Amino acid sequence: MQVNGEPMSRGQATTLAAFLEAADFVAARVVVERNGAIVPRAAYADTPVGDDDVLEILFFVGGG
Amino acid sequence: MSLPTVADDAFELGGKTFRSRFILGSGKFSLDLMQTVVAHAGTEIVTLALRRANVGGPGNILDHIPAGLTLLPNTSGARNADEAIRIARLARELTGGNFVKLEVIPDAKYLLPDNAETIRAIEVLAREGFVALPYMQPDLVAARAMRDAGAAAIMPLAAPIGSNRGLTTRDMIAILIAEIDLPIIVDAGIGRPSEACEAMEMGCAAVMANTAVATAGNVALMAEAFAAAVAAGRLAARAGLGRRLTSGAEASSPLTGFLRN
Repeated sequence: MQVNGEPMSRGQATTLAAFLEAADFVAARVVVERNGAIVPRAAYADTPVGDDDVLEILFFVGGG
Repeated sequence: MSLPTVADDAFELGGKTFRSRFILGSGKFSLDLMQTVVAHAGTEIVTLALRRANVGGPGNILDHIPAGLTLLPNTSGARNADEAIRIARLARELTGGNFVKLEVIPDAKYLLPDNAETIRAIEVLAREGFVALPYMQPDLVAARAMRDAGAAAIMPLAAPIGSNRGLTTRDMIAILIAEIDLPIIVDAGIGRPSEACEAMEMGCAAVMANTAVATAGNVALMAEAFAAAVAAGRLAARAGLGRRLTSGAEASSPLTGFLRN
Protein backbone atom coordinates (compact mmCIF):
# COMPACT_ATOMS: atom_id res chain seq x y z
CA MET A 1 0.00 0.00 0.00
CA GLN A 2 0.87 3.66 -0.25
CA VAL A 3 0.27 5.43 3.09
CA ASN A 4 0.83 9.18 3.43
CA GLY A 5 3.09 9.12 0.43
CA GLU A 6 5.25 6.21 1.61
CA PRO A 7 5.10 2.51 0.81
CA MET A 8 3.78 0.53 3.76
CA SER A 9 2.80 -3.08 4.33
CA ARG A 10 -0.74 -3.81 5.40
CA GLY A 11 0.49 -6.93 7.17
CA GLN A 12 -2.36 -9.31 7.88
CA ALA A 13 -4.97 -6.54 7.87
CA THR A 14 -7.82 -6.81 5.41
CA THR A 15 -9.95 -3.98 6.79
CA LEU A 16 -9.12 -0.36 7.43
CA ALA A 17 -9.96 -0.72 11.13
CA ALA A 18 -7.54 -3.63 11.47
CA PHE A 19 -4.81 -1.80 9.59
CA LEU A 20 -5.12 1.36 11.71
CA GLU A 21 -4.92 -0.66 14.90
CA ALA A 22 -1.96 -2.76 13.75
CA ALA A 23 -0.10 0.34 12.55
CA ASP A 24 -0.76 2.16 15.84
CA PHE A 25 -2.95 4.95 14.50
CA VAL A 26 -5.65 6.12 16.90
CA ALA A 27 -8.79 5.50 14.84
CA ALA A 28 -10.86 8.02 16.81
CA ARG A 29 -8.36 10.79 16.04
CA VAL A 30 -7.78 10.31 12.31
CA VAL A 31 -9.69 10.76 9.09
CA VAL A 32 -8.83 8.56 6.13
CA GLU A 33 -8.96 9.13 2.41
CA ARG A 34 -8.81 5.86 0.48
CA ASN A 35 -8.01 6.16 -3.22
CA GLY A 36 -9.14 9.76 -3.14
CA ALA A 37 -12.47 9.20 -1.36
CA ILE A 38 -13.17 10.02 2.29
CA VAL A 39 -13.95 6.92 4.33
CA PRO A 40 -16.81 7.64 6.76
CA ARG A 41 -15.48 7.08 10.25
CA ALA A 42 -18.28 4.64 11.03
CA ALA A 43 -17.21 2.48 8.08
CA TYR A 44 -13.60 1.66 9.04
CA ALA A 45 -14.46 -1.91 10.03
CA ASP A 46 -16.30 -2.52 6.77
CA THR A 47 -13.75 -0.89 4.47
CA PRO A 48 -11.40 -3.39 2.79
CA VAL A 49 -7.72 -2.54 2.27
CA GLY A 50 -5.60 -4.09 -0.46
CA ASP A 51 -2.02 -3.85 -1.65
CA ASP A 52 -2.91 -1.39 -4.42
CA ASP A 53 -4.69 1.07 -2.16
CA VAL A 54 -3.49 4.61 -1.62
CA LEU A 55 -4.33 5.95 1.84
CA GLU A 56 -4.04 9.42 3.27
CA ILE A 57 -4.35 9.31 7.06
CA LEU A 58 -4.78 12.75 8.59
CA PHE A 59 -5.24 14.24 12.03
CA PHE A 60 -5.50 17.64 13.66
CA VAL A 61 -2.50 19.59 14.81
CA GLY A 62 -2.20 23.06 16.30
CA GLY A 63 -2.78 25.80 13.75
CA GLY A 64 -4.22 29.24 13.26
CA MET B 1 -34.91 52.36 29.50
CA SER B 2 -32.87 49.33 30.54
CA LEU B 3 -29.13 49.50 30.33
CA PRO B 4 -27.43 47.07 27.97
CA THR B 5 -25.35 44.50 29.85
CA VAL B 6 -22.44 42.29 29.00
CA ALA B 7 -24.70 39.28 29.45
CA ASP B 8 -27.06 40.24 26.62
CA ASP B 9 -24.24 40.63 24.12
CA ALA B 10 -24.18 37.23 22.53
CA PHE B 11 -22.51 36.67 19.20
CA GLU B 12 -24.09 34.34 16.64
CA LEU B 13 -22.21 32.39 14.08
CA GLY B 14 -23.39 29.44 12.05
CA GLY B 15 -26.45 28.92 14.23
CA LYS B 16 -24.41 28.85 17.45
CA THR B 17 -24.32 31.50 20.16
CA PHE B 18 -21.01 32.60 21.64
CA ARG B 19 -20.22 34.83 24.61
CA SER B 20 -16.51 35.19 23.92
CA ARG B 21 -15.43 37.25 20.93
CA PHE B 22 -11.85 36.09 21.07
CA ILE B 23 -11.01 33.21 18.75
CA LEU B 24 -7.80 31.43 19.66
CA GLY B 25 -5.43 29.79 17.21
CA SER B 26 -3.80 26.67 18.60
CA GLY B 27 -0.51 26.70 16.69
CA LYS B 28 3.02 27.25 17.94
CA PHE B 29 2.58 26.38 21.60
CA SER B 30 2.90 23.20 23.59
CA LEU B 31 -0.05 20.85 23.85
CA ASP B 32 0.61 20.71 27.59
CA LEU B 33 -0.31 24.41 27.81
CA MET B 34 -3.53 24.07 25.82
CA GLN B 35 -6.04 23.72 28.65
CA THR B 36 -4.48 26.55 30.67
CA VAL B 37 -4.29 28.87 27.68
CA VAL B 38 -7.87 28.12 26.63
CA ALA B 39 -9.05 28.81 30.18
CA HIS B 40 -7.20 32.13 30.38
CA ALA B 41 -8.42 33.12 26.91
CA GLY B 42 -12.01 32.36 27.86
CA THR B 43 -12.36 31.36 24.24
CA GLU B 44 -15.20 29.26 22.84
CA ILE B 45 -13.73 28.74 19.37
CA VAL B 46 -10.32 27.18 18.69
CA THR B 47 -8.75 26.77 15.27
CA LEU B 48 -6.91 23.65 14.15
CA ALA B 49 -4.98 22.46 11.11
CA LEU B 50 -5.18 19.10 9.32
CA ARG B 51 -1.95 17.27 8.55
CA ARG B 52 -0.69 13.78 7.73
CA ALA B 53 -0.88 11.67 10.86
CA ASN B 54 2.13 10.02 12.42
CA VAL B 55 2.04 7.15 14.88
CA GLY B 56 2.97 7.53 18.52
CA GLY B 57 4.02 11.04 19.55
CA PRO B 58 2.76 13.19 22.42
CA GLY B 59 -0.95 12.49 21.96
CA ASN B 60 -3.41 14.33 19.79
CA ILE B 61 -4.45 17.94 20.13
CA LEU B 62 -8.09 16.85 20.41
CA ASP B 63 -7.18 15.20 23.70
CA HIS B 64 -6.11 18.60 25.05
CA ILE B 65 -9.01 20.81 23.96
CA PRO B 66 -11.80 20.97 26.55
CA ALA B 67 -15.15 19.50 25.52
CA GLY B 68 -17.82 21.94 24.49
CA LEU B 69 -15.57 24.27 22.51
CA THR B 70 -16.35 24.82 18.86
CA LEU B 71 -13.60 23.43 16.65
CA LEU B 72 -12.72 25.61 13.70
CA PRO B 73 -10.49 23.64 11.30
CA ASN B 74 -8.60 25.75 8.81
CA THR B 75 -7.65 24.76 5.27
CA SER B 76 -4.04 25.84 5.60
CA GLY B 77 -1.87 24.24 2.97
CA ALA B 78 -4.53 24.71 0.29
CA ARG B 79 -3.24 26.60 -2.74
CA ASN B 80 -6.51 26.63 -4.68
CA ALA B 81 -10.23 26.13 -4.18
CA ASP B 82 -10.20 22.40 -4.89
CA GLU B 83 -7.57 21.72 -2.22
CA ALA B 84 -9.47 23.84 0.29
CA ILE B 85 -12.70 21.97 -0.45
CA ARG B 86 -10.91 18.64 -0.01
CA ILE B 87 -9.47 19.67 3.37
CA ALA B 88 -12.83 21.07 4.53
CA ARG B 89 -14.62 17.81 3.79
CA LEU B 90 -11.94 15.76 5.56
CA ALA B 91 -12.02 18.06 8.57
CA ARG B 92 -15.79 17.80 8.82
CA GLU B 93 -15.55 14.03 8.94
CA LEU B 94 -13.19 14.39 11.90
CA THR B 95 -14.90 17.16 13.89
CA GLY B 96 -18.44 16.12 13.18
CA GLY B 97 -19.09 19.87 12.95
CA ASN B 98 -19.54 22.10 9.95
CA PHE B 99 -17.36 25.12 10.75
CA VAL B 100 -14.39 25.76 8.46
CA LYS B 101 -11.93 28.64 8.22
CA LEU B 102 -11.13 28.86 4.55
CA GLU B 103 -7.53 29.70 3.74
CA VAL B 104 -6.44 29.56 0.13
CA ILE B 105 -2.83 30.68 -0.04
CA PRO B 106 -0.81 30.30 -3.22
CA ASP B 107 1.85 32.76 -2.04
CA ALA B 108 4.50 31.27 0.22
CA LYS B 109 6.42 34.45 0.94
CA TYR B 110 3.72 36.74 2.34
CA LEU B 111 1.02 34.09 2.91
CA LEU B 112 -1.53 36.34 1.26
CA PRO B 113 -4.85 34.73 0.35
CA ASP B 114 -6.35 34.27 -3.11
CA ASN B 115 -9.74 35.95 -2.81
CA ALA B 116 -11.07 34.64 -6.15
CA GLU B 117 -10.28 30.99 -5.35
CA THR B 118 -11.68 31.50 -1.86
CA ILE B 119 -14.97 32.70 -3.32
CA ARG B 120 -15.08 29.58 -5.51
CA ALA B 121 -14.54 27.35 -2.48
CA ILE B 122 -17.30 29.12 -0.52
CA GLU B 123 -19.78 28.56 -3.35
CA VAL B 124 -19.23 24.81 -3.15
CA LEU B 125 -18.95 24.44 0.62
CA ALA B 126 -21.90 26.65 1.55
CA ARG B 127 -24.11 24.48 -0.64
CA GLU B 128 -22.84 21.46 1.31
CA GLY B 129 -23.91 23.03 4.60
CA PHE B 130 -20.58 24.34 5.80
CA VAL B 131 -20.32 27.42 7.98
CA ALA B 132 -17.68 28.98 5.77
CA LEU B 133 -15.45 31.61 7.39
CA PRO B 134 -13.09 32.98 4.74
CA TYR B 135 -9.70 34.43 5.55
CA MET B 136 -9.32 37.20 3.01
CA GLN B 137 -7.43 40.18 1.73
CA PRO B 138 -9.69 43.05 2.82
CA ASP B 139 -11.43 44.13 -0.35
CA LEU B 140 -15.04 45.27 -0.53
CA VAL B 141 -15.83 43.74 -3.93
CA ALA B 142 -14.44 40.35 -2.88
CA ALA B 143 -16.23 40.51 0.47
CA ARG B 144 -19.55 41.11 -1.28
CA ALA B 145 -18.91 38.13 -3.54
CA MET B 146 -18.08 36.01 -0.48
CA ARG B 147 -21.28 37.10 1.21
CA ASP B 148 -23.29 36.29 -1.93
CA ALA B 149 -21.57 32.90 -2.18
CA GLY B 150 -22.79 32.03 1.32
CA ALA B 151 -20.00 32.97 3.74
CA ALA B 152 -21.08 33.09 7.40
CA ALA B 153 -18.59 35.83 8.28
CA ILE B 154 -15.70 37.67 6.68
CA MET B 155 -12.19 37.33 8.11
CA PRO B 156 -9.97 40.10 6.74
CA LEU B 157 -6.27 40.08 7.54
CA ALA B 158 -4.82 42.89 9.62
CA ALA B 159 -1.27 42.16 8.49
CA PRO B 160 0.53 39.11 7.07
CA ILE B 161 0.04 35.88 9.01
CA GLY B 162 2.33 35.52 12.00
CA SER B 163 3.79 39.01 11.61
CA ASN B 164 2.42 40.63 14.80
CA ARG B 165 2.39 43.92 12.88
CA GLY B 166 -1.08 45.09 13.84
CA LEU B 167 -3.92 46.79 11.98
CA THR B 168 -2.06 47.73 8.82
CA THR B 169 -5.28 47.33 6.78
CA ARG B 170 -7.37 49.41 9.21
CA ASP B 171 -9.08 51.61 6.60
CA MET B 172 -10.08 48.68 4.38
CA ILE B 173 -11.44 46.75 7.35
CA ALA B 174 -13.50 49.82 8.33
CA ILE B 175 -15.10 49.75 4.88
CA LEU B 176 -16.05 46.08 5.31
CA ILE B 177 -17.59 46.82 8.72
CA ALA B 178 -19.62 49.65 7.22
CA GLU B 179 -20.80 47.85 4.12
CA ILE B 180 -21.03 44.11 4.76
CA ASP B 181 -23.92 42.81 6.82
CA LEU B 182 -21.99 39.83 8.19
CA PRO B 183 -19.74 39.51 11.23
CA ILE B 184 -16.30 40.93 10.41
CA ILE B 185 -13.66 38.97 12.31
CA VAL B 186 -10.09 40.22 12.07
CA ASP B 187 -7.78 37.30 11.44
CA ALA B 188 -4.00 37.39 11.15
CA GLY B 189 -1.38 39.95 11.96
CA ILE B 190 -2.73 41.28 15.24
CA GLY B 191 0.28 41.50 17.54
CA ARG B 192 -0.87 43.26 20.69
CA PRO B 193 -3.96 43.38 22.86
CA SER B 194 -4.29 47.12 22.13
CA GLU B 195 -4.65 46.30 18.43
CA ALA B 196 -7.32 43.71 19.15
CA CYS B 197 -9.08 46.29 21.28
CA GLU B 198 -8.97 48.83 18.47
CA ALA B 199 -10.38 46.31 15.99
CA MET B 200 -13.29 45.73 18.34
CA GLU B 201 -13.78 49.49 18.91
CA MET B 202 -14.06 49.85 15.14
CA GLY B 203 -16.97 47.42 15.15
CA CYS B 204 -15.47 44.03 14.41
CA ALA B 205 -17.59 41.17 15.70
CA ALA B 206 -14.61 39.21 16.98
CA VAL B 207 -10.84 38.96 16.78
CA MET B 208 -8.71 35.92 16.13
CA ALA B 209 -5.12 35.63 17.26
CA ASN B 210 -2.53 32.89 17.46
CA THR B 211 1.05 34.02 16.99
CA ALA B 212 0.67 37.08 19.23
CA VAL B 213 -0.30 34.77 22.08
CA ALA B 214 2.00 31.87 21.23
CA THR B 215 5.13 34.02 20.96
CA ALA B 216 4.47 36.02 24.14
CA GLY B 217 6.71 35.68 27.16
CA ASN B 218 3.88 34.08 29.12
CA VAL B 219 1.36 32.47 26.80
CA ALA B 220 -1.49 32.07 29.29
CA LEU B 221 -1.19 35.64 30.61
CA MET B 222 -1.17 37.02 27.09
CA ALA B 223 -4.26 34.96 26.24
CA GLU B 224 -6.00 36.61 29.17
CA ALA B 225 -4.74 40.05 28.12
CA PHE B 226 -6.25 39.51 24.67
CA ALA B 227 -9.55 38.38 26.14
CA ALA B 228 -9.72 41.52 28.29
CA ALA B 229 -8.77 43.77 25.37
CA VAL B 230 -11.37 42.22 23.08
CA ALA B 231 -14.03 42.58 25.76
CA ALA B 232 -13.05 46.21 26.41
CA GLY B 233 -13.12 47.06 22.73
CA ARG B 234 -16.51 45.46 22.37
CA LEU B 235 -17.89 47.47 25.29
CA ALA B 236 -16.48 50.63 23.72
CA ALA B 237 -18.11 49.87 20.37
CA ARG B 238 -21.45 49.29 22.06
CA ALA B 239 -21.06 52.44 24.11
CA GLY B 240 -20.15 54.55 21.09
CA LEU B 241 -16.84 56.37 21.14
CA GLY B 242 -16.81 60.00 22.22
CA ARG B 243 -16.27 62.63 19.57
CA ARG B 244 -12.81 63.80 18.62
CA LEU B 245 -11.94 67.49 18.19
CA THR B 246 -10.02 68.40 15.05
CA SER B 247 -8.36 71.28 16.89
CA GLY B 248 -8.36 73.12 20.18
CA ALA B 249 -9.61 71.84 23.50
CA GLU B 250 -12.76 71.67 25.55
CA ALA B 251 -12.44 71.74 29.32
CA SER B 252 -13.89 68.79 31.18
CA SER B 253 -14.36 70.86 34.31
CA PRO B 254 -16.60 73.91 34.51
CA LEU B 255 -14.44 77.01 33.99
CA THR B 256 -16.61 79.55 35.75
CA GLY B 257 -17.71 80.00 39.32
CA PHE B 258 -14.58 80.63 41.35
CA LEU B 259 -11.41 82.51 40.45
CA ARG B 260 -12.71 84.14 37.28
CA ASN B 261 -16.29 84.60 38.43
